[in-house]
Amino acid sequence: MNSPRLPCLERAGLDGWMVRLFNTIEENNLLWLTALGEDCEAAFGDALVDLVPSYTTLLVVFDPLRMTPCEARQQLVDILACLKPAEAGADGRLHELPTRYDQQTGPDLQRVAELSGLSVESVIEAHSSREYRVFALGFAPGFAFMGLLDQALICPRLDTPRQKVPAGSVAIAGQQTAAYPMATPGGWNLIGHTPVRLFDRNRDGFSLLRVGDRVSFVPMERACD
Amino acid sequence: MIERTLSGFRVSRAGPLALLQDSGRFGVRHLGVTQGGPADLHAWAWANSLTGNAWGTGVLEITFGGLELVAEGDLTIALTGADLGIKHNRQPAPRWRTLAVAAGDTLTFGTPANGLRAYLAVSGGFRGDTVLGSSACVVREQLGGFDGQGNSLREGDTLTVNRAGTPPAQRAAPESERHDYRQMAILDLLPGAQIAAFTGRSLFDAFNAEWRVDQRADRMGVRLTGPALQCSIGSLISEGISLGAVQVPPDGQPIALLNDRQTIGGYPRLGNLTPMAASRLAQCMPGQAVRFRAAGIDSTLRQHRRFLQEHAAASAC
Repeated sequence: MNSPRLPCLERAGLDGWMVRLFNTIEENNLLWLTALGEDCEAAFGDALVDLVPSYTTLLVVFDPLRMTPCEARQQLVDILACLKPAEAGADGRLHELPTRYDQQTGPDLQRVAELSGLSVESVIEAHSSREYRVFALGFAPGFAFMGLLDQALICPRLDTPRQKVPAGSVAIAGQQTAAYPMATPGGWNLIGHTPVRLFDRNRDGFSLLRVGDRVSFVPMERACD
Repeated sequence: MIERTLSGFRVSRAGPLALLQDSGRFGVRHLGVTQGGPADLHAWAWANSLTGNAWGTGVLEITFGGLELVAEGDLTIALTGADLGIKHNRQPAPRWRTLAVAAGDTLTFGTPANGLRAYLAVSGGFRGDTVLGSSACVVREQLGGFDGQGNSLREGDTLTVNRAGTPPAQRAAPESERHDYRQMAILDLLPGAQIAAFTGRSLFDAFNAEWRVDQRADRMGVRLTGPALQCSIGSLISEGISLGAVQVPPDGQPIALLNDRQTIGGYPRLGNLTPMAASRLAQCMPGQAVRFRAAGIDSTLRQHRRFLQEHAAASAC
């Protein structure tokens, strides 16, 4: 299929429009997606039900009693016509996640080292020396898909996902990295653990990380080494 | 001080799955938090309307049956949705109408006879723990429900209810609204953006073949088996998924995504089931056959608005 001309609006059920802005994953996408989300909040007001930003798209869900799909589409066309990207650097908060990298909390650290041809120390160095962007939240509440990973660390998911990945596990798969907010099944390579609470129902905003945020993993000193 | 809540029921036997559901959790999907809410919006809305409750009031969704409740007060209830062989004090309980239960009465849910999920509303509404703006119970996310932790009902649980303002009048749903879930479901589907990426043969199959509901069916989604659908798009960069999306992974077997779906995903989609079609599918037993029918947006919007307005009005009178 030919790629659609971008941006484009795609029907997503009775009460949704998918706004497709890009067809590749780039950090700069986030500047546009952030701005688009803010404009939608302002323009739709109470008729807005949910916004789901992700990598290249924004899903806009509206109240079908307050707006017809046609009216919602026109609103989005008007927003896109004068959309300006958010200011670079002003579009995401920076979080430093203290991370313990070791075999106990990161049982796949050795596997990643073997696949990448690096030493365990170099894997840790490569993972922790970069600032990542949050491209999407999904899979579980507060689970942030972050990228992009150092090319050397790219490795596939596990053939058989684990039944239970402990909360706080720091993991990598493909070009992405993440930290598990709660214990769930998971197929990513576990390389460490962060004690930071990523999702908290009692915290304002609930999720520590939001799409567009910047994240770095800071190695914790191992007390007993 | 006037007591606003009273104890409604005690769980004397737990079934496989009984969840409190308000209309769902909204405004937090960008955090990866799913929608939740009733899998069968149609039956859920009727349960609230019959008991005089406002739209969005918490209702118990009972899947498969197995549950036994003992009333701890005099209550007005309504049972809608599936026929799970429900007994009121060992007598078959009427569905789709108001029913008075007295303290000490038992409600016993057996096994599915027609449909999969029954809804039990109580006048005044069940009282859950509001988490992220909603009491919708999502087990996977450990959110909502009576305890706020996303748990299915367990033996010994006590279900509190809000004291009703005035006892509701006797009401019954019209015959036309009492669905026979044993009939083959015709699922209205709003075509989506990737529909043109499916081969002509696959589009023919999608709308003409009978699809069988697979064992792998839950509140996240329902797998359907039938002819393998071929799509020129293998996978997409993950993007938001709306209710009722029918995604087709590389094995060509569609998955209709329901209330507890993950918030983003990366498979091409045929389109979205209408809200009423998603409700209908949620009542199908594994092995049942269903068909897809292409639907238009204007008629779907008209019907859905009428449904929402009728149920908002029903509770107001």
